[in-house]
Amino acid sequence: MVTGTVESGSLQTAIEWMERDTDAEPVIEVEGLNFYYGRDRTLSDVSVSIPQHGVTAIMGPSGCGKSTFLRTLNRMYEVIPGARAEGTVLFAGEDIFKLDPVTLRRRIGMVFQRPNPFPKSIYDNVAYGPRVHGIRRRSVLDGLVEESLIRAALWDEVKNELKKSAFSLSGGQQQRLCIARALAVRPQVLLMDEPCSSLDPKASSQIEATTRELAAELTVVIVTHNLHQAARVSDHVGVFLSGGVLAEFGPTKKVFEAPRHPDVQDYLAGRFG
Amino acid sequence: MTERRRRRITQAIAFCLLGSAGLSVLLTLAIILYFMTAQGSRAVSWEFLTEFPRKGMTEGGIYPAIVGSFCLATGAIVISFPLAVSSAIWLSEYARGSLWVRVIRVGVNTLAGVPSIVFGLLGLAFFVGVLKLGVSVLAGALTLALLILPIIIRASEEALRAVPTSFREGALALGATQWQTVRTIVLPAALPGILTGAILGVSRAVGETAPIMFTAAAFYMARLPRSPFDKVMALPYHVFVMATENPNYWRTKDLQFGTTLVLLALVLSLNLGVVVWRTGLRRRKRW
Amino acid sequence: MTAQGLNGKGCSAGADDSPSLHGLPRSLFRKRLDVVILFILSSASLIALGLIFFFILREAFPFFRRVPLVELFSRTWLPTLEPPRFGALPMILGSATVTAGALIVSVPIGLAAAAFIAEVAPGITKDVFKSAIEILASIPSVVYGFFGLAVLAPFLQSTLSLPTGRTALTGAVILAVMALPTIASLAEDALTAVPASYREASLAVGATRWQTIWRVTVPAASSGLLGAVILGMGRAMGETMAVLMVTGNSPQLTASLLKPVRTLTAGIALEMAETPFGSLHYHALFSLGALLLLITLGMNWSAEWFRGRLVRRHRR
Repeated sequence: MVTGTVESGSLQTAIEWMERDTDAEPVIEVEGLNFYYGRDRTLSDVSVSIPQHGVTAIMGPSGCGKSTFLRTLNRMYEVIPGARAEGTVLFAGEDIFKLDPVTLRRRIGMVFQRPNPFPKSIYDNVAYGPRVHGIRRRSVLDGLVEESLIRAALWDEVKNELKKSAFSLSGGQQQRLCIARALAVRPQVLLMDEPCSSLDPKASSQIEATTRELAAELTVVIVTHNLHQAARVSDHVGVFLSGGVLAEFGPTKKVFEAPRHPDVQDYLAGRFG
Repeated sequence: MTERRRRRITQAIAFCLLGSAGLSVLLTLAIILYFMTAQGSRAVSWEFLTEFPRKGMTEGGIYPAIVGSFCLATGAIVISFPLAVSSAIWLSEYARGSLWVRVIRVGVNTLAGVPSIVFGLLGLAFFVGVLKLGVSVLAGALTLALLILPIIIRASEEALRAVPTSFREGALALGATQWQTVRTIVLPAALPGILTGAILGVSRAVGETAPIMFTAAAFYMARLPRSPFDKVMALPYHVFVMATENPNYWRTKDLQFGTTLVLLALVLSLNLGVVVWRTGLRRRKRW
Repeated sequence: MTAQGLNGKGCSAGADDSPSLHGLPRSLFRKRLDVVILFILSSASLIALGLIFFFILREAFPFFRRVPLVELFSRTWLPTLEPPRFGALPMILGSATVTAGALIVSVPIGLAAAAFIAEVAPGITKDVFKSAIEILASIPSVVYGFFGLAVLAPFLQSTLSLPTGRTALTGAVILAVMALPTIASLAEDALTAVPASYREASLAVGATRWQTIWRVTVPAASSGLLGAVILGMGRAMGETMAVLMVTGNSPQLTASLLKPVRTLTAGIALEMAETPFGSLHYHALFSLGALLLLITLGMNWSAEWFRGRLVRRHRR
C-alpha cells in the first residue's frame, strides 16, 4: 500500500495509484442520491463508489453541496429540520438508512469545519466516545486515549496534561484532539469537513500529515476548497459543481491532469470557485 | 445655525427627561429599600429569627413562618424543577420547530400570565377539594409549583439554546444517542443557566401570598409542621395578617417591618445572587 | 422500509411531525423511553393550564346556573344577605379605576425609562438601570402592599387631609410601581428589536439621535411598545395582595380616586376565607375568578400578538 506524498509526479507513483485504484473494494456506494432542504435540491442524482482506504477528497465551488454530501454519509444531516435525502447509500454493503444511526456513526466518524471539543478535559474528550458505547474500565479507556492521541499526532504535546481543559489547546491542537476523539471509537471511515479552514498554514500541514498516515488503515473522505490540499493529500478526488452535480470522480492524478468536464477544467484552473 | 442649535437643545431636553424617568425608577427602589431597612432593622435580631410569636403575636419572633416558607418553597421547587427541565429539554432538544412546540410555548406564556389569585382558586378547588389534601404544605407547594413552572421552563430553555450546536454534533457524530448527548454534553453545559432559573423560581415561591392563602397558610401555629398535611405559617402571609387582620396591628409596627425586611432580604439576596452569578458567567464564557 | 420512506417520515418539517435529531419515525417511539417520558413531562404546563380552566369554570358553573349573568353586572354586592345580591360592578369598576390610574403613571415613566436604557444610557449605567428594574420586579407583592399600607397611605392621608389613606389613589400608585418593571423591560426589548440599520439610515441623513429615536425607532417598535403596555395592564389587573392591603376594600360604587374601592382580586381574596366551601357565595367568587381569568388572558394574548408582530414585521 502506497502512503507516499502526491507531489512527486513520476510515472512509477502514477502507476502505483492506478493499481491501488483497481484493487480497492468500494466501502461506500452511493446510487441516485438526491438531497433537499425544504424545496431546494442541493444534491442531484449523485452516484459514486468511494474506495476502501486512502483519502478521497471532495472539492467544488462554495455552496455546491460538498458538505451536504459528506453529512449524508453518516446521516448527520438529520440534525437540520427540513433536510431530506432520497436514494441509496450502501456502507460495506448495508443500506445506511436501515442502520441504526448510532451504529452507523460509530463506524463512520466525523471531524468538523471548526474544532469543537467538549467543555471537558483532554482525556474526557477522547474517552467520551468509548464511554457512551459502554466502556467503563479505566485501563481500557487509558489505552484507547493514548492510542488515539498517538494516531492523531497529539500525544507528545499533551501526555503530561491530560486533565487540562480542552479549551487550553491551540486551534490546531484542538482539531487534532477532535480527530483523536473520532478515532477513539475505532471507526472504519473518517469524514472530514474542511478540517483546516479555520487553521493557520502550519497547523494545516500537520493535519494533512496526520490524515495521510491515517489513510493507511482507514478510509478518509475529506471536503476541501483548497485545490493544493486536495492534490497533496488525496488518492481520489470528486468534484461537485453548482446544483449538487458530481461532475467528475477518479484518481487524483487523472482528474487533475485530464479532467473531462469543461467546467471542472475551469474550476481546477482556478477560473472560478 | 439657529436650526441646528434648536435641534441640539431639543435633544438635550429630551434626553434629560428620559434620564429623569430612569432615575425615578432608581429613586423608587431606593425609597422602598430605605423605609424597609430603616424601620425593619429595629426589630430584627437573632431572637426574632429563632423564636415563636408570643402574646397573641404582639411579641416574639417569626421562626415558624421562616420554617413554613422554607417548606413551601422546597416542596414547590422539588415538584416543579424536574417537570420544567424536562419541558425545556423537549422544547429545545427534541422537538424544535414542530407544531407541538408552538402549542406548549403558547401554554407556557399563558400560564405565566395567569393572576396568582387564580392559582389560589385552582389550589383550593383541586388540591384542597378534589384531591382531599386539605389546607396543607403539600397543597400549597403543588399550587406554587404550577406558578413557578413557566419561570423555570423559560430560563432552562434559554440556557439550553445557548449551548453551541457544534457540541451536539460532536457527540452525535461519535455515535452518542440523543439522550446521551443531552445528558452528558448539553445539560452540563447549560446547568448554570438552569440553576439560575431554579433560584428565581424559589424566590418567587417564597414571596407569593395569594396562592397559599386558601391552600396552605395558617394565621398562627403553636408548633412547626410535622407532616406535609399540616398547615403552616409563611412569611408573606404573616406580613399580611400582621398588618391587616391581627386585631392588635397598631401595636406591632416594628414586628411588621421586621418580618417584611426578612422576607425582602431573602428574596432580594436570591435575586442579587442570580444577577451577580449571571454576569460572572457571561464574562468568563467558556466557548 | 426504503430509505426514502424512512426519511420522508422522519425528517420532513411537516406541521404535525416532531423531527427528532435522529430522524426516527413515530413507529420507533416505543423503543425510545427518553422521548416518551420527556414528551409526557413536557405537557405539564398545558395540563396545569387545563386544570385551571376546568376547575375555575367547574366551580363557577353552579353560580351561573342559579343566577343570571346580568346580575353580575349590577351595582349591589351583598352575598350574605337573604336574598343575596351578586352585583360585581363596583369591583369590576374598582379594578378598572385602579389599573387605569396605575397606567397613567407607569406608562410614560416606563416607556421613557426604556428609551433611556435602550438608546441613551452608556455601558455601565445601562447595566445598573437594568438590574434596578429586575430587582423592582422581584420584590414580592405583599412587600409592596405593606409599604403602601405603612408608608404611603399615612403620607397621602396627611398630605391630602383625607379621612383614610387607603384609597383607589394609593392602590394606583403602588400598582404603578409594580407595573413599571414589566412595562420598562418589555418596552426595552421592543426598542432593541428594531434593526440597527433603521437607526443608521436615519443618522446618516443627518438626523440627531433624539430625532432618530422619536421619528424612527419608536414608530418602528410601536406594536412591541403597545404589547408592553398591555402586558403591564394585565399584571396590574391581576395583582392581588398589594391592592388588597391598600385600597380599603369598600364594595361601594364610587367615581372618586380618593375613596376606598374594592377590586375583583381583593374581593376574591377577602371573602374566600370567610365563605363555606360549596356555598352559592363560594361559587360566586369562582365566577369572579373566571371573569378575572378571561380579562387578564385576553390582555396577555393580545400583548403577545402585538409583540410577535414587531418581530414578524422586521424580520428578513
